[in-house]
Amino acid sequence: MQETISGQHIERLRAQTMQSGGYGLYRTRFEHDNCGVGFIAHMDGNVRHSIVSDGLKVLRNLQHRGAVGGDQKTGDGAGIMTQIPHSFFNTTASGLKLPAPGSYAVGMVFFPHDADHEAYKKSIELSTENRGFTFIGWREVPVDPSGLGELALSTEPGIFQFFITHESLRGEALQRKLYVLRRLIEKNVEEVLGEKDQFYICSLSSSVIVYKGMLTGDQVETYYPDLRDSRYESAFAIIHSRFSTNTLPQWRLAQPFRYLAHNGEINTLKGNINRQKAREGYMTSKVLGDDVRHVVPVIDESGSDSAIFDNVLELFTMAGRSIPHVMMMMIPEAYSPEIQMSADKRAFYEYHSPIMEPWDGPAAVVFTDGRFIGATLDRNGLRPARYTVMKDGLIVLASETGVVDLPASEVRMKGRLHPGKMFLVDLEQHRIIPDNVIKSRLSRQNPYRRWVKNTRLELRGLFAPAGVHKMEAQELLEKQILFGYTDEDMQTIIRPMANKGQEAIGSMGNDTGLAVLSDTSEMLFSYFKQQFAQVTNPPIDPLREQLMMSLESFIENETNPLDEDQSQYRSFKLPHPVLTSRDLAKIRDNPHPELVYQDLDITYIPDKTGKAMEKALDGMCAEAERLTSEGVSLMILTDKKAGPGRAPIPSLLAVSALHQYMLKKHLRGRIGIIVEAGDVREVFHYALHLAFGCDAICPYVAFATVRALAEKGSLDDPSVEIASDNYVKAIKKGLLKTFSRMGISTLHSFFNTQIFEAVGLADDVVDRYFTGTISRIGGAGIPELSWDVEQRLAQAYPADGRKAKLREVGGSYRYRPGSEPHYWSPDAIRLLQSATRQKSYEIFKQFTAIMDTSYRTNGEIRGLLDFKAAEPIPIEEVEPVEAITRRFVSAAMSIGSIGKEAHETVAIAMNRLGAKSNSGEGGEDPVRIKPLENGDSMRSRIKQVASGRFGVTTEYIMSADELQIKMAQGAKPGEGGQLPGKKVSEYIAKIRHTTPGVTLISPPPHHDIYSIEDLAQLIHDLRSVNPQAEVSVKLVSEPGVGTIASGVCKAKADRVIISGQNGGTGASPLTAIRHAGLPWELGLAETQQALILNKLRSQIIVQTDGHLKTGRDLAIATLLGAEEYGFGTSLLITLGCIMMRKCHLNTCPFGVATQDPELRKLFRGKAEFIIEFLRFVAQEFREYMARLGFRTVEEMVGRVDMLRYVPNGQKKKAAGLHLDAILASDHLNAGVPLHFEKTGDRPGLSRFDKAIDKELKKFWGTAEKTTISLEVNNRDRTIGAALSGKIVSVYGADGLPDDTLTFNLTGAVGQSFGAFLARGVTLRLKGEANDYLGKGLSGGTIIVVPPEDSKIPPEKNIITGNVMMYGATSGKAFINGMAGERFCVRNSGGTAVVEGVGDHGCEYMTGGTVVILGETGKNFAAGMSGGIAYIYDPAEQFDSRCNLDMVELEGVWDMKDQNVLKDLIKEHYDLTGSEVALDILENWEVQYPQFVKVVPVEYRKVLERISLNENRDDETMSVTEEVFNG
Amino acid sequence: MGKQDGFFTIERKNGEYRPVKERILDFDPVEQMLPAEDVQIQSNRCMDCGVPFCSMYGCPLGNRIPDYSDLVSRGLWKEALDLLESTNNFPEITGRICPAPCEAACTLDVDFGANTCEEIELAIAEMGWKNGWVVPDIAPVKTGKRVAVIGSGPAGLAAAQQLARKGHEVVVFEKADRIGGLLMYGIPNFKLEKGVIERRLEQMRAEGVTFETEVEVGRDLSAHYILSKFDAVAITSGTPLARDLTIPGRELKGIHLALEYLTQQTRIVLGDTVSEDEYIDARGKHVVVIGGGDTGSDCVGTSIRRGAASVTQIELLPKPPENRIDTNPWPEWPATLRTSSSHEEGAERLWSIGSKEFLGEGGQVKQLACVRLEWEGRQFREKPGSEFLLDADLVLLSMGFVPFKESPLVKEFGLSLDDRGSISVNSSYQTSVDKIFAAGDATTGASLVVRAIDHGRRCAEGIDEFLKN
Repeated sequence: MQETISGQHIERLRAQTMQSGGYGLYRTRFEHDNCGVGFIAHMDGNVRHSIVSDGLKVLRNLQHRGAVGGDQKTGDGAGIMTQIPHSFFNTTASGLKLPAPGSYAVGMVFFPHDADHEAYKKSIELSTENRGFTFIGWREVPVDPSGLGELALSTEPGIFQFFITHESLRGEALQRKLYVLRRLIEKNVEEVLGEKDQFYICSLSSSVIVYKGMLTGDQVETYYPDLRDSRYESAFAIIHSRFSTNTLPQWRLAQPFRYLAHNGEINTLKGNINRQKAREGYMTSKVLGDDVRHVVPVIDESGSDSAIFDNVLELFTMAGRSIPHVMMMMIPEAYSPEIQMSADKRAFYEYHSPIMEPWDGPAAVVFTDGRFIGATLDRNGLRPARYTVMKDGLIVLASETGVVDLPASEVRMKGRLHPGKMFLVDLEQHRIIPDNVIKSRLSRQNPYRRWVKNTRLELRGLFAPAGVHKMEAQELLEKQILFGYTDEDMQTIIRPMANKGQEAIGSMGNDTGLAVLSDTSEMLFSYFKQQFAQVTNPPIDPLREQLMMSLESFIENETNPLDEDQSQYRSFKLPHPVLTSRDLAKIRDNPHPELVYQDLDITYIPDKTGKAMEKALDGMCAEAERLTSEGVSLMILTDKKAGPGRAPIPSLLAVSALHQYMLKKHLRGRIGIIVEAGDVREVFHYALHLAFGCDAICPYVAFATVRALAEKGSLDDPSVEIASDNYVKAIKKGLLKTFSRMGISTLHSFFNTQIFEAVGLADDVVDRYFTGTISRIGGAGIPELSWDVEQRLAQAYPADGRKAKLREVGGSYRYRPGSEPHYWSPDAIRLLQSATRQKSYEIFKQFTAIMDTSYRTNGEIRGLLDFKAAEPIPIEEVEPVEAITRRFVSAAMSIGSIGKEAHETVAIAMNRLGAKSNSGEGGEDPVRIKPLENGDSMRSRIKQVASGRFGVTTEYIMSADELQIKMAQGAKPGEGGQLPGKKVSEYIAKIRHTTPGVTLISPPPHHDIYSIEDLAQLIHDLRSVNPQAEVSVKLVSEPGVGTIASGVCKAKADRVIISGQNGGTGASPLTAIRHAGLPWELGLAETQQALILNKLRSQIIVQTDGHLKTGRDLAIATLLGAEEYGFGTSLLITLGCIMMRKCHLNTCPFGVATQDPELRKLFRGKAEFIIEFLRFVAQEFREYMARLGFRTVEEMVGRVDMLRYVPNGQKKKAAGLHLDAILASDHLNAGVPLHFEKTGDRPGLSRFDKAIDKELKKFWGTAEKTTISLEVNNRDRTIGAALSGKIVSVYGADGLPDDTLTFNLTGAVGQSFGAFLARGVTLRLKGEANDYLGKGLSGGTIIVVPPEDSKIPPEKNIITGNVMMYGATSGKAFINGMAGERFCVRNSGGTAVVEGVGDHGCEYMTGGTVVILGETGKNFAAGMSGGIAYIYDPAEQFDSRCNLDMVELEGVWDMKDQNVLKDLIKEHYDLTGSEVALDILENWEVQYPQFVKVVPVEYRKVLERISLNENRDDETMSVTEEVFNG
Repeated sequence: MGKQDGFFTIERKNGEYRPVKERILDFDPVEQMLPAEDVQIQSNRCMDCGVPFCSMYGCPLGNRIPDYSDLVSRGLWKEALDLLESTNNFPEITGRICPAPCEAACTLDVDFGANTCEEIELAIAEMGWKNGWVVPDIAPVKTGKRVAVIGSGPAGLAAAQQLARKGHEVVVFEKADRIGGLLMYGIPNFKLEKGVIERRLEQMRAEGVTFETEVEVGRDLSAHYILSKFDAVAITSGTPLARDLTIPGRELKGIHLALEYLTQQTRIVLGDTVSEDEYIDARGKHVVVIGGGDTGSDCVGTSIRRGAASVTQIELLPKPPENRIDTNPWPEWPATLRTSSSHEEGAERLWSIGSKEFLGEGGQVKQLACVRLEWEGRQFREKPGSEFLLDADLVLLSMGFVPFKESPLVKEFGLSLDDRGSISVNSSYQTSVDKIFAAGDATTGASLVVRAIDHGRRCAEGIDEFLKN
């Protein structure tokens, strides 16, 4: 290893990885991409070269949305789709004689690098001629590879075009045959030449052609000289530039694909693929006829999600539907009952829902079939798309505005794509078809409404039979034991659900081992971990954005999806997937001939070997297949027969086995699967069932349990009905939360996604019964799983014949004697506290001995790893403790989650050690910036930037040595948080820049990070403000975290943190604590492997956290690839925490994690305790280093070859476990560094900052009023941030007097305009702006007005992008035009006047004032807990668009309100000249009553109380105390 | 956990002792139970800790204190009883006499006053007896195996009950005339009413346990006989050998081992008659109790009830601190000053006292010559010139127990002993001899009743496993 082997090795390893689809824990399928996308078209349909050259310009201008790989030259992929440039090809360019346009087709193909091109050519020619086409000729596409990167060059394909014609076919018929031909060519090449991945047909069409490659945006035109030829003409161009999270892109994965260019990510891909496969079992097509068999399998699974989407879009389009029709099917808008929509359109969606499930995830898709060119946005609007329509008919749509220069005077309109909406250009009819016209036309092309009405079957329409069996107490108890119910399940899981209708909350993370390493009987469910969204796709807020979500499900009896008639809609609709016993009885009793059910018994007679269970599974599958052929359409898997002597197969295993079996037999679409299962009770169980193919679940033991609890009086409300309803409600809410954690909106698209990782299941079990599920360490096989079940059977029905009396204690969430062991045992806690108080390394060693042993006995991956023998060195030669503690950080714990005293103590301790503490989310008292008199410092060197952006001011950013962007947290990845009003004390409110007593909500996603290029943008923003600070990104371990980490590195972060699943204080739903996220060992090893494969490792620091406690932990983490270490829980333990797990209740009796002033007095922690602990850990780490022969951490990082797997023979279930993927070490010989190496290569000044730098030379001394004028474009991003950082550092947090520095700017400015703008700066823009305007605004003023010669009415046209004023704390913005989605999201103090906004306006706002003088979109004020908004609503329709959960609407009758409003409108008019404002001001008496005031209920009460107190003369109690206690 | 802030808003409250004046006139229980309603309110104080030190660090039995507290707080007494019985065979006994290490380890003990774990336990147990919920748990299937249990203290009784419930035929041999071991004769009636034991034995008899009293194995019955008649043996004979004080004058009359005295007194309370020359009379005497432990305190209470003129209790060790010291932090057992109900009844307590010599008249002890000690760490030396005399008409020696090296039982069965002289057992409680198991003080030296119960239960498990194979 020490010798450096040539760079060839890494390339070889990369090539192998690409070929085999993975290396170690890394899988190429984990990769994610996000992009810049757009199109240019001319409505007149005439071809011109300017369209092509403008398209290429858009590509260049979206360059910052793409990325480059490790060699800095290889692009992630870019390309352009145009019409076939007939006049170009028909000249010398091709040297061929071509027939009339439209009568021939061009194929653009990639032949494998270094392959024999002739063989491929022959194969294509043969296929073509076999299908009745005439082959015209070949053209080798000229290319100029001079600018290409190493990787692009090493895989550069041979690029050819071929021209063919058909004597009779034209138009759609020709396209259809071309589709079939292409599939045949592909199959033939695969069959004859054995090549699949490297041969690729970019396009084969009579109308369009795609030029693309592993290029950057500006390489497209240089690489393909064709595109620069002035004879190359087209009426439209679709462009795409890709930002991939890794650097193993492929030529073929560049976009556009054949029909579309996609900016987004399909979260439900696996489900979509499974469903498509199922459809292929029974689809026929009138128009494709027999050819259907040639096109299947439709999906090329080696493609990316976008490519697969393209495959299915193609099938449905070629089978006869129009492309907008198919887009509506695949990316439907939300149509929940809360959303206003025509009955026809709703019926359209409902009709299609059994045929096609949503391809869910953030998406902006540009698509074309040659005639229509259009774009559509996902229902949540999580990707930007802005368009400009010119008077002459030119249309430009792109991820950003300003990507080509367009004269303002010639603009007809400027708009943005709304969530779920479509924008369509018809090149034949020369017009734009607006969303409502397209959709109403499509909705009426068939009598969908009648069809749906005639054939819909609903549960509520069925009659209930009499009497359902009620379990007696003893029978119930036995069933509970049999199905693994513990006392804890009863108390902690079921009771809160039945009581309150929601999942219970817990805190302090998880400290138990993996199921496969447990000695006790585990539920099969526990062998799975939930995946979640981070970075590349945002999680959703299921509460505040509920109208986007749906739990409706269909038990389908699918019929041919390709042709439309009434018979296709033959499905059984359920409002949600939870069935009561009564519901199930209704289904069994139904009279409908198309709903024929059969019970399938899923119990077996145990044999202690697993064979019996396996046989029962096989038998069940075979039986189901037989029944299907007899016309049974509904399989009800039931374990009700389980009892003495009969064991239940784990219901999930039975369901998934049947589902996979039927999928493989192409029969899945013919049946519905319902399970009647005793083991299902928690949200997580339902989610697993649904993700693995179950249509509906009847948890009969859970319902009986709820009933028994109610009857016994253990619930708040003794009514059985209410308790059962509550339970179902809790499951429903929990499911939505589960989906949203992964960025999925509907059950329909969640179904079948297998979006869980199996952790600890044997490979053969996964391959056979959970086919395609991610599983990387093997584990328990069928014998072990049957042991789990049979163990419980023996407990439920004791051999001695005595009746079972008690359930197991449980003890997963809280430690209990006799339960599964936790790491933080009383002894561990006691010893750690003693060691640090008595300063005894000896006691510390006792502590680590217990811990290290428990990893092995309890079941943690690192417990199964041991060090290989090595030549030891004397410990004196190892770098000192001080060098090691510098690599330590404290985990992010906000001052809301722990008390002030604890927070400050941690900071002092870390600073004394030269380590770093982390502010956590929620700001930090500026007082702490200044060192204390004794030399200590309470400043957190790491300042966290989380989704709530609380207290993230310019000053806060400037006070950091490191800025940490928290993408997820270990205890609850994919979720937001909430600090209840009663915990928001005066102090908390001050540092968070909010109002005391007002609830604070952190949204699940960062609303400025919906994609990897957005993350790059936020990194750029933060760096602009504070160029000295490092930027880090915190991720949580999950499959694919390595590719995300690579993306983070490419987004230019300095550091990535891989958090283990275990950590975390604060409140989280129990499901998230136990079942989401992976141990850090897996995530860290994957990250190391991925970074090395992507040649990025030396550019980024890798840190890990999640229950690091001992020197051994650090040694293993280091060998797996970490070079810095975070500590959380252990620090709190040294400060007195004893894992009460009461953080969320505010009752911490040791004053650590509470805001209660009385309890906080009991805090006894001291900085010394932390220091002792961390020095002990470092010391012990050094002992391991000496033993392994490492002198420095640096030389130890990533040396995974020093580790070996030591199976624990005492673990009955772990025989099938293997850690090869973690221990893969081929990359050690790859000749690339294993650790961070980069030295101070900071990005320089931006173009804008350079430009103003000179003019401001004098300013810094004088601070005199200065005005600067400049032109800007969309590459000028984050204007004002760097300046603001400097102002705050020179003049302090309060900045300068207003308007000291004024900038008059013209043009279409880039993203984050005025981000973190400090007081004293005014940005006045004439033109337009992109997303994130005024992000984190900290006192400055932003004015945006249209260009002077603009002729369009501002209040009807979009002028600024999405997510404006996110997390603003003070300052003002005046926008003379409309803003996009999520206007003023999480604003906590900014003032804004705007003339119209999109959906989700003022979401999560906690303070500030907003005036909207025009339209508002849907879901206004969702989660708005503070601040005030005034809406001009002459049409009196605002209440239908406002989310009234937290706010009240009232008139502006109070004089005080009137004055505030009038002053702001006046100011708006003065600054922008707004005509709307003028009109309102001139007619004030008539106009002001047309305003609606939006005020959060809680906020109003707080304000009232404050003003009441202010008016009292002899008030002794402080205002906030009143608020706090009241 | 009924109320989340119960620990903060409800003050700790225990059942009170009967007034001193009244209680010293009889041998009836000193402690009065709190009304059930109050116990229910108290149970809300439990915080349901994430790591329950009470059950996992404090209680040797692992009683599920947070869980039963929760059930009680919701009035679910029957469920609480089921839970309690799953870990503890005799909650009505431990609920009365356990020093409650659970409470010392309770999180609330740090700042708020511990949850009243023991009081709640007792309330649950008595609620069970009162309502007839405590019924024999008769094994549905008999195994046909026979087990002998030697010694009927808490370890033996727990083992016997567990084994009987597994379907084994159990015979308990006790050398005294009553079943119960130290529970019967080591603890005065005013602390543990003997009816409480009898009530439990009744249940055990119904479950199939046979009790044989006044049989000493190794003397009355040979080991050979036992081994030939039984499939397994559990030795739970305790540590019957009390530590003696071998100083000059020990041969004088009026000097007794504490257990001699306590046993006799309990027999009298239970209605037995004792001959006059055997009777140890404290009336009008100056009583000196040597040894500051619980048994000593029992001697104090008993002699006060019997009309002693004065009672002085002396202890070798120095006076413990009132509160925890740094080196003895929570959750460790606090080595602090304990004041029992008996002490409140009028005894003088002296610490750091060495006993030099008993002085007598006519063969009857009259005085004890003492010296004050100075402690340095674990070493002491006599303080020069600090000698003094104590009036002592009756001296009771309660200085703990010594391992029974020379026990006929050990010899007879040929058992190996550990370094400290206790019977050595493996983790299944098996001794060095086939078929023979041992548990309780016999294997550990003198310890707590809860620990003995725990051992008895585990020993039963070991025997059950052994008998299965």
